Amino acid sequence: MAVNLKTLAHNENLLTGGHRACAGCTGANILRQLMLTAGPDTVVGSATGCMEVVTTIFPYTAWKTSFIHSAFENSAATVSGVETAYRALKKRGELPVEREKINFIAIGGDGGTYDIGLQSLSGAMERGHNMLYVCYDNEAYMNTGIQRSGATPLGAHTSTAPAGTVKQGKEQNRKDLTSIMVAHNIPYVAQTTPYHWRDLATKVEKALAVDGPAFINILMPCPVGWHFDTAIGQDLAREAVESNFWPLFEVEDGVYKVNHKPKDPTPMTVWMEKQGRFKHLFRPGNEHLLEASQQWVDLQWKRLLRLEESTNG
Amino acid sequence: MSFLPNSQLHTGGIIREAGNAFDYKTGDWRTFVPEFIEDNCIHCMFCWIYCPDDAIAIDTSGPKPVMKGIIDGHCKGCGICAHECPPAKKGKSALVMVREEK
Repeated sequence: MAVNLKTLAHNENLLTGGHRACAGCTGANILRQLMLTAGPDTVVGSATGCMEVVTTIFPYTAWKTSFIHSAFENSAATVSGVETAYRALKKRGELPVEREKINFIAIGGDGGTYDIGLQSLSGAMERGHNMLYVCYDNEAYMNTGIQRSGATPLGAHTSTAPAGTVKQGKEQNRKDLTSIMVAHNIPYVAQTTPYHWRDLATKVEKALAVDGPAFINILMPCPVGWHFDTAIGQDLAREAVESNFWPLFEVEDGVYKVNHKPKDPTPMTVWMEKQGRFKHLFRPGNEHLLEASQQWVDLQWKRLLRLEESTNG
Repeated sequence: MSFLPNSQLHTGGIIREAGNAFDYKTGDWRTFVPEFIEDNCIHCMFCWIYCPDDAIAIDTSGPKPVMKGIIDGHCKGCGICAHECPPAKKGKSALVMVREEK
Protein backbone atom coordinates (compact mmCIF):
# COMPACT_ATOMS: atom_id res chain seq x y z
CA MET A 1 0.00 0.00 0.00
CA ALA A 2 1.29 3.42 -0.88
CA VAL A 3 2.14 5.44 2.18
CA ASN A 4 1.56 9.18 2.27
CA LEU A 5 1.49 11.83 4.97
CA LYS A 6 -2.25 12.43 4.59
CA THR A 7 -3.06 8.88 5.62
CA LEU A 8 -0.30 8.75 8.23
CA ALA A 9 -1.64 11.92 9.84
CA HIS A 10 -4.94 10.18 10.45
CA ASN A 11 -3.26 7.38 12.39
CA GLU A 12 -3.21 7.56 16.14
CA ASN A 13 -0.06 9.05 17.62
CA LEU A 14 1.16 6.58 20.21
CA LEU A 15 4.19 8.36 21.60
CA THR A 16 3.07 11.53 23.35
CA GLY A 17 5.09 14.69 23.79
CA GLY A 18 6.45 15.37 27.24
CA HIS A 19 9.10 12.65 27.07
CA ARG A 20 12.52 13.88 28.10
CA ALA A 21 14.55 13.31 24.93
CA CYS A 22 17.03 16.06 24.10
CA ALA A 23 15.88 18.84 21.81
CA GLY A 24 16.29 17.70 18.22
CA CYS A 25 16.44 14.00 19.10
CA THR A 26 15.75 12.05 15.93
CA GLY A 27 15.34 8.88 17.99
CA ALA A 28 12.08 10.03 19.53
CA ASN A 29 11.00 10.85 16.00
CA ILE A 30 11.90 7.32 14.86
CA LEU A 31 9.67 5.88 17.60
CA ARG A 32 6.80 8.21 16.67
CA GLN A 33 7.04 7.21 13.01
CA LEU A 34 7.35 3.53 13.95
CA MET A 35 4.24 3.62 16.13
CA LEU A 36 2.19 5.59 13.57
CA THR A 37 2.50 2.57 11.29
CA ALA A 38 2.43 -0.19 13.92
CA GLY A 39 -0.84 0.99 15.49
CA PRO A 40 -2.31 0.57 18.96
CA ASP A 41 -2.39 -3.25 19.06
CA THR A 42 1.30 -3.44 19.75
CA VAL A 43 3.46 -4.68 22.59
CA VAL A 44 6.76 -2.85 22.81
CA GLY A 45 9.78 -4.02 24.75
CA SER A 46 12.86 -1.89 24.97
CA ALA A 47 16.45 -2.43 26.01
CA THR A 48 18.01 0.08 28.37
CA GLY A 49 19.12 3.05 26.36
CA CYS A 50 18.26 6.61 25.47
CA MET A 51 14.76 5.87 24.24
CA GLU A 52 13.84 3.66 27.18
CA VAL A 53 15.11 6.22 29.68
CA VAL A 54 13.57 9.33 28.16
CA THR A 55 10.14 7.87 27.42
CA THR A 56 9.53 6.15 30.74
CA ILE A 57 10.81 8.31 33.56
CA PHE A 58 8.83 7.11 36.54
CA PRO A 59 5.96 7.87 37.21
CA TYR A 60 5.43 9.01 33.63
CA THR A 61 5.27 7.09 30.38
CA ALA A 62 5.08 8.57 26.92
CA TRP A 63 3.80 5.28 25.49
CA LYS A 64 0.13 4.78 24.79
CA THR A 65 0.71 1.07 24.12
CA SER A 66 1.94 -1.69 26.42
CA PHE A 67 5.58 -1.14 27.19
CA ILE A 68 8.02 -3.42 28.95
CA HIS A 69 11.52 -2.70 30.06
CA SER A 70 13.59 -5.48 31.59
CA ALA A 71 17.33 -5.05 31.11
CA PHE A 72 20.03 -3.90 28.75
CA GLU A 73 20.86 -7.22 27.14
CA ASN A 74 17.53 -8.95 26.74
CA SER A 75 14.84 -6.90 25.02
CA ALA A 76 14.70 -9.50 22.23
CA ALA A 77 14.43 -12.33 24.78
CA THR A 78 11.69 -10.51 26.72
CA VAL A 79 9.59 -9.79 23.65
CA SER A 80 10.08 -13.30 22.26
CA GLY A 81 8.76 -14.60 25.61
CA VAL A 82 5.72 -12.35 25.42
CA GLU A 83 5.07 -13.50 21.87
CA THR A 84 5.30 -17.15 22.91
CA ALA A 85 2.94 -16.58 25.85
CA TYR A 86 0.48 -14.91 23.51
CA ARG A 87 0.57 -17.86 21.11
CA ALA A 88 0.11 -20.34 23.97
CA LEU A 89 -2.86 -18.44 25.43
CA LYS A 90 -4.42 -18.10 22.01
CA LYS A 91 -4.09 -21.84 21.38
CA ARG A 92 -5.81 -22.62 24.68
CA GLY A 93 -8.50 -20.03 24.02
CA GLU A 94 -7.66 -18.15 27.20
CA LEU A 95 -7.23 -14.67 25.78
CA PRO A 96 -9.54 -12.23 27.58
CA VAL A 97 -9.99 -10.07 24.47
CA GLU A 98 -9.68 -11.37 20.92
CA ARG A 99 -7.56 -9.20 18.68
CA GLU A 100 -7.09 -9.68 14.99
CA LYS A 101 -3.35 -9.28 15.19
CA ILE A 102 -0.94 -8.14 17.85
CA ASN A 103 2.42 -6.75 16.82
CA PHE A 104 5.45 -7.53 18.97
CA ILE A 105 8.22 -5.01 18.69
CA ALA A 106 11.55 -5.05 20.51
CA ILE A 107 13.59 -1.88 20.47
CA GLY A 108 17.25 -1.40 21.23
CA GLY A 109 19.91 1.21 20.69
CA ASP A 110 23.15 0.33 19.00
CA GLY A 111 24.74 -0.50 22.36
CA GLY A 112 21.89 -2.81 23.31
CA THR A 113 21.85 -4.39 19.85
CA TYR A 114 25.33 -4.42 18.31
CA ASP A 115 27.13 -5.23 21.56
CA ILE A 116 25.27 -6.13 24.72
CA GLY A 117 22.03 -7.58 23.35
CA LEU A 118 23.50 -9.40 20.37
CA GLN A 119 23.20 -12.93 21.73
CA SER A 120 19.58 -12.58 22.85
CA LEU A 121 18.73 -10.95 19.52
CA SER A 122 20.47 -13.74 17.64
CA GLY A 123 18.60 -16.35 19.68
CA ALA A 124 15.20 -14.74 19.17
CA MET A 125 15.75 -14.40 15.43
CA GLU A 126 16.96 -18.01 15.10
CA ARG A 127 13.97 -19.37 17.04
CA GLY A 128 11.69 -17.70 14.50
CA HIS A 129 9.41 -15.69 16.78
CA ASN A 130 6.84 -13.54 15.03
CA MET A 131 8.35 -10.26 16.12
CA LEU A 132 10.09 -7.17 14.81
CA TYR A 133 13.37 -5.91 16.24
CA VAL A 134 14.11 -2.24 15.65
CA CYS A 135 17.60 -0.92 16.29
CA TYR A 136 18.01 2.85 16.50
CA ASP A 137 21.65 3.31 15.70
CA ASN A 138 23.19 6.53 17.00
CA GLU A 139 26.66 5.04 16.75
CA ALA A 140 27.76 5.18 20.40
CA TYR A 141 26.45 4.77 23.95
CA MET A 142 24.83 8.22 24.02
CA ASN A 143 22.74 7.67 27.13
CA THR A 144 25.71 7.06 29.43
CA GLY A 145 28.01 9.70 27.98
CA ILE A 146 29.06 8.89 24.41
CA GLN A 147 31.24 5.83 24.87
CA ARG A 148 32.34 3.96 21.76
CA SER A 149 30.26 1.00 20.60
CA GLY A 150 30.49 -1.59 17.86
CA ALA A 151 28.55 0.80 15.67
CA THR A 152 30.88 3.80 16.02
CA PRO A 153 32.50 4.58 12.66
CA LEU A 154 36.22 4.91 12.06
CA GLY A 155 37.77 8.10 13.40
CA ALA A 156 34.78 9.29 15.44
CA HIS A 157 35.58 11.00 18.71
CA THR A 158 33.92 9.36 21.73
CA SER A 159 34.67 9.63 25.44
CA THR A 160 36.37 6.23 25.51
CA ALA A 161 38.09 6.62 22.12
CA PRO A 162 38.94 10.30 22.23
CA ALA A 163 40.85 12.34 19.70
CA GLY A 164 44.02 13.83 21.09
CA THR A 165 47.70 14.04 20.33
CA VAL A 166 48.29 10.27 20.32
CA LYS A 167 45.09 8.79 18.93
CA GLN A 168 42.57 10.14 16.47
CA GLY A 169 39.25 8.75 17.63
CA LYS A 170 38.05 5.20 17.10
CA GLU A 171 40.60 3.05 15.32
CA GLN A 172 38.28 0.37 14.00
CA ASN A 173 35.55 0.33 11.38
CA ARG A 174 31.95 -0.21 12.40
CA LYS A 175 30.34 -3.61 12.66
CA ASP A 176 27.90 -4.46 9.87
CA LEU A 177 25.01 -5.68 11.99
CA THR A 178 22.48 -5.63 9.16
CA SER A 179 24.56 -8.26 7.33
CA ILE A 180 24.79 -10.33 10.51
CA MET A 181 20.99 -10.32 10.67
CA VAL A 182 20.77 -11.26 6.97
CA ALA A 183 22.99 -14.23 7.81
CA HIS A 184 20.30 -15.45 10.23
CA ASN A 185 18.18 -16.20 7.15
CA ILE A 186 15.13 -14.42 8.57
CA PRO A 187 12.28 -13.34 6.25
CA TYR A 188 12.86 -9.59 6.44
CA VAL A 189 15.85 -7.36 7.13
CA ALA A 190 16.02 -3.68 6.24
CA GLN A 191 17.93 -0.50 6.80
CA THR A 192 16.41 2.99 6.78
CA THR A 193 16.51 6.49 8.33
CA PRO A 194 13.85 8.79 9.85
CA TYR A 195 14.34 11.35 7.06
CA HIS A 196 12.94 8.84 4.57
CA TRP A 197 9.56 8.59 6.30
CA ARG A 198 7.89 6.86 3.38
CA ASP A 199 10.64 4.27 3.24
CA LEU A 200 10.48 3.80 7.02
CA ALA A 201 6.69 3.36 7.10
CA THR A 202 6.75 0.93 4.16
CA LYS A 203 9.48 -1.14 5.76
CA VAL A 204 7.72 -1.29 9.13
CA GLU A 205 4.52 -2.32 7.37
CA LYS A 206 6.33 -5.08 5.48
CA ALA A 207 8.23 -6.23 8.56
CA LEU A 208 5.04 -6.55 10.61
CA ALA A 209 3.27 -8.38 7.79
CA VAL A 210 5.81 -11.20 7.45
CA ASP A 211 5.25 -14.40 9.36
CA GLY A 212 8.40 -14.70 11.40
CA PRO A 213 11.16 -12.49 12.72
CA ALA A 214 12.08 -9.19 11.09
CA PHE A 215 14.86 -6.72 11.77
CA ILE A 216 15.10 -3.02 10.88
CA ASN A 217 18.21 -0.96 11.48
CA ILE A 218 17.53 2.79 11.60
CA LEU A 219 20.23 5.45 11.59
CA MET A 220 19.63 8.07 14.26
CA PRO A 221 21.65 11.30 14.10
CA CYS A 222 22.30 12.42 17.69
CA PRO A 223 22.92 16.15 18.26
CA VAL A 224 24.66 15.50 21.58
CA GLY A 225 26.99 12.70 20.55
CA TRP A 226 27.66 13.76 16.98
CA HIS A 227 27.99 17.45 17.93
CA PHE A 228 25.79 19.29 15.46
CA ASP A 229 23.09 21.93 15.56
CA THR A 230 19.76 20.47 16.71
CA ALA A 231 17.96 21.67 13.57
CA ILE A 232 19.96 19.61 11.04
CA GLY A 233 19.45 16.10 12.43
CA GLN A 234 17.17 14.97 9.63
CA ASP A 235 19.49 16.52 7.06
CA LEU A 236 22.36 14.41 8.33
CA ALA A 237 20.19 11.30 7.99
CA ARG A 238 19.59 12.24 4.35
CA GLU A 239 23.26 12.95 3.70
CA ALA A 240 24.31 9.65 5.23
CA VAL A 241 22.21 7.97 2.55
CA GLU A 242 23.37 10.27 -0.26
CA SER A 243 27.03 9.54 0.57
CA ASN A 244 26.37 5.76 0.61
CA PHE A 245 27.45 5.58 4.26
CA TRP A 246 23.99 4.28 5.19
CA PRO A 247 22.38 2.71 2.11
CA LEU A 248 18.63 2.17 2.12
CA PHE A 249 18.07 -1.47 1.34
CA GLU A 250 15.93 -4.43 2.28
CA VAL A 251 16.44 -8.19 2.15
CA GLU A 252 13.32 -10.27 1.65
CA ASP A 253 13.93 -14.01 2.02
CA GLY A 254 17.57 -13.54 1.12
CA VAL A 255 16.92 -11.36 -1.94
CA TYR A 256 18.56 -7.94 -1.72
CA LYS A 257 16.91 -4.78 -2.97
CA VAL A 258 18.63 -1.40 -2.81
CA ASN A 259 15.83 1.13 -2.42
CA HIS A 260 17.79 4.24 -3.29
CA LYS A 261 20.87 4.51 -5.47
CA PRO A 262 22.30 8.03 -5.35
CA LYS A 263 23.01 9.13 -8.94
CA ASP A 264 26.02 11.14 -7.88
CA PRO A 265 27.08 10.09 -4.38
CA THR A 266 28.42 12.96 -2.28
CA PRO A 267 31.89 12.50 -0.78
CA MET A 268 31.91 11.32 2.84
CA THR A 269 33.62 14.57 3.87
CA VAL A 270 30.44 16.57 3.11
CA TRP A 271 28.58 14.52 5.72
CA MET A 272 31.50 14.37 8.15
CA GLU A 273 32.45 18.05 8.26
CA LYS A 274 29.07 18.96 9.76
CA GLN A 275 29.72 16.80 12.81
CA GLY A 276 31.96 17.79 15.71
CA ARG A 277 32.93 14.17 16.34
CA PHE A 278 34.93 14.16 13.08
CA LYS A 279 36.42 17.66 13.50
CA HIS A 280 39.93 16.39 14.25
CA LEU A 281 40.02 14.43 10.99
CA PHE A 282 40.14 17.69 9.06
CA ARG A 283 43.39 18.76 10.73
CA PRO A 284 46.57 18.44 8.68
CA GLY A 285 48.11 14.99 8.96
CA ASN A 286 44.82 13.14 9.23
CA GLU A 287 44.01 12.99 5.53
CA HIS A 288 44.69 9.26 5.47
CA LEU A 289 41.80 8.67 7.90
CA LEU A 290 39.34 10.56 5.69
CA GLU A 291 40.60 8.53 2.77
CA ALA A 292 40.26 5.28 4.72
CA SER A 293 36.63 6.10 5.64
CA GLN A 294 35.82 6.86 2.03
CA GLN A 295 37.48 3.67 0.81
CA TRP A 296 35.63 1.57 3.35
CA VAL A 297 32.25 3.09 2.40
CA ASP A 298 32.98 2.61 -1.32
CA LEU A 299 33.88 -1.03 -0.72
CA GLN A 300 30.71 -1.66 1.30
CA TRP A 301 28.59 -0.02 -1.39
CA LYS A 302 30.21 -2.10 -4.13
CA ARG A 303 29.64 -5.22 -2.07
CA LEU A 304 25.96 -4.33 -1.59
CA LEU A 305 25.43 -3.78 -5.33
CA ARG A 306 27.07 -7.13 -6.07
CA LEU A 307 24.84 -8.82 -3.50
CA GLU A 308 21.78 -7.27 -5.10
CA GLU A 309 22.92 -8.41 -8.52
CA SER A 310 23.76 -11.94 -7.46
CA THR A 311 20.59 -12.57 -5.44
CA ASN A 312 18.32 -11.21 -8.18
CA GLY A 313 19.97 -13.08 -11.03
CA MET B 1 0.00 15.99 37.27
CA SER B 2 2.55 16.87 39.91
CA PHE B 3 4.69 14.26 41.68
CA LEU B 4 2.70 11.40 43.12
CA PRO B 5 2.78 10.67 46.83
CA ASN B 6 4.25 7.26 47.76
CA SER B 7 0.84 5.91 48.70
CA GLN B 8 -0.33 6.23 45.10
CA LEU B 9 2.60 4.47 43.44
CA HIS B 10 2.14 0.93 42.11
CA THR B 11 4.34 -1.99 43.03
CA GLY B 12 6.97 -3.08 40.52
CA GLY B 13 7.27 0.29 38.84
CA ILE B 14 4.11 -0.25 36.83
CA ILE B 15 2.63 2.89 35.28
CA ARG B 16 -1.07 2.25 34.71
CA GLU B 17 -1.95 5.49 33.00
CA ALA B 18 -0.72 5.15 29.41
CA GLY B 19 0.72 8.27 27.84
CA ASN B 20 0.68 10.35 31.03
CA ALA B 21 3.97 12.02 30.02
CA PHE B 22 1.67 14.32 28.05
CA ASP B 23 1.07 16.15 31.32
CA TYR B 24 4.76 16.81 31.75
CA LYS B 25 5.65 20.09 30.10
CA THR B 26 9.03 20.31 28.42
CA GLY B 27 8.38 23.68 26.78
CA ASP B 28 10.45 25.61 29.30
CA TRP B 29 13.67 23.98 28.03
CA ARG B 30 13.86 26.13 24.94
CA THR B 31 15.54 29.38 23.96
CA PHE B 32 14.05 29.64 20.50
CA VAL B 33 10.48 28.95 19.51
CA PRO B 34 9.05 28.44 16.02
CA GLU B 35 6.64 31.17 14.96
CA PHE B 36 3.88 29.92 12.66
CA ILE B 37 3.19 32.09 9.63
CA GLU B 38 -0.06 30.64 8.37
CA ASP B 39 -0.10 32.42 5.00
CA ASN B 40 3.08 30.63 3.91
CA CYS B 41 1.93 27.18 5.03
CA ILE B 42 1.18 24.59 2.36
CA HIS B 43 0.01 21.98 4.93
CA CYS B 44 2.50 19.41 3.67
CA MET B 45 2.84 17.86 7.17
CA PHE B 46 6.66 17.70 6.96
CA CYS B 47 7.01 19.58 10.26
CA TRP B 48 4.57 17.17 11.84
CA ILE B 49 6.28 13.98 10.64
CA TYR B 50 9.77 15.21 11.62
CA CYS B 51 8.87 16.64 15.04
CA PRO B 52 10.46 14.52 17.80
CA ASP B 53 8.06 15.81 20.44
CA ASP B 54 4.70 15.65 18.72
CA ALA B 55 4.52 19.40 19.26
CA ILE B 56 2.84 20.24 15.95
CA ALA B 57 -0.92 20.62 16.30
CA ILE B 58 -2.82 19.27 13.32
CA ASP B 59 -6.51 19.08 12.55
CA THR B 60 -7.41 15.73 10.99
CA SER B 61 -11.18 16.12 10.99
CA GLY B 62 -11.24 16.78 7.24
CA PRO B 63 -9.89 14.52 4.47
CA LYS B 64 -6.73 16.61 4.25
CA PRO B 65 -4.84 17.29 7.50
CA VAL B 66 -4.38 20.97 8.35
CA MET B 67 -1.45 22.43 10.28
CA LYS B 68 -2.68 24.46 13.25
CA GLY B 69 0.45 25.67 15.01
CA ILE B 70 2.80 24.70 17.82
CA ILE B 71 1.91 22.92 21.06
CA ASP B 72 3.65 25.31 23.39
CA GLY B 73 3.98 23.00 26.37
CA HIS B 74 5.99 20.35 24.54
CA CYS B 75 8.08 22.18 21.93
CA LYS B 76 11.76 22.07 22.95
CA GLY B 77 12.75 24.56 20.24
CA CYS B 78 15.12 22.26 18.30
CA GLY B 79 14.26 23.96 15.00
CA ILE B 80 13.90 20.80 12.88
CA CYS B 81 10.44 21.94 11.71
CA ALA B 82 11.67 25.35 10.56
CA HIS B 83 14.69 23.75 8.88
CA GLU B 84 12.69 21.12 7.00
CA CYS B 85 9.78 23.43 6.03
CA PRO B 86 9.59 23.14 2.19
CA PRO B 87 8.46 26.76 1.56
CA ALA B 88 11.64 27.84 3.39
CA LYS B 89 13.62 26.79 0.31
CA LYS B 90 11.80 29.56 -1.59
CA GLY B 91 12.46 32.02 1.22
CA LYS B 92 8.86 31.97 2.45
CA SER B 93 9.08 29.72 5.47
CA ALA B 94 5.91 28.98 7.39
CA LEU B 95 7.94 28.39 10.54
CA VAL B 96 10.55 30.87 11.69
CA MET B 97 12.66 30.41 14.81
CA VAL B 98 12.50 33.44 17.09
CA ARG B 99 14.17 34.02 20.44
CA GLU B 100 11.65 33.60 23.20
CA GLU B 101 11.72 36.50 25.63
CA LYS B 102 9.41 37.10 28.50
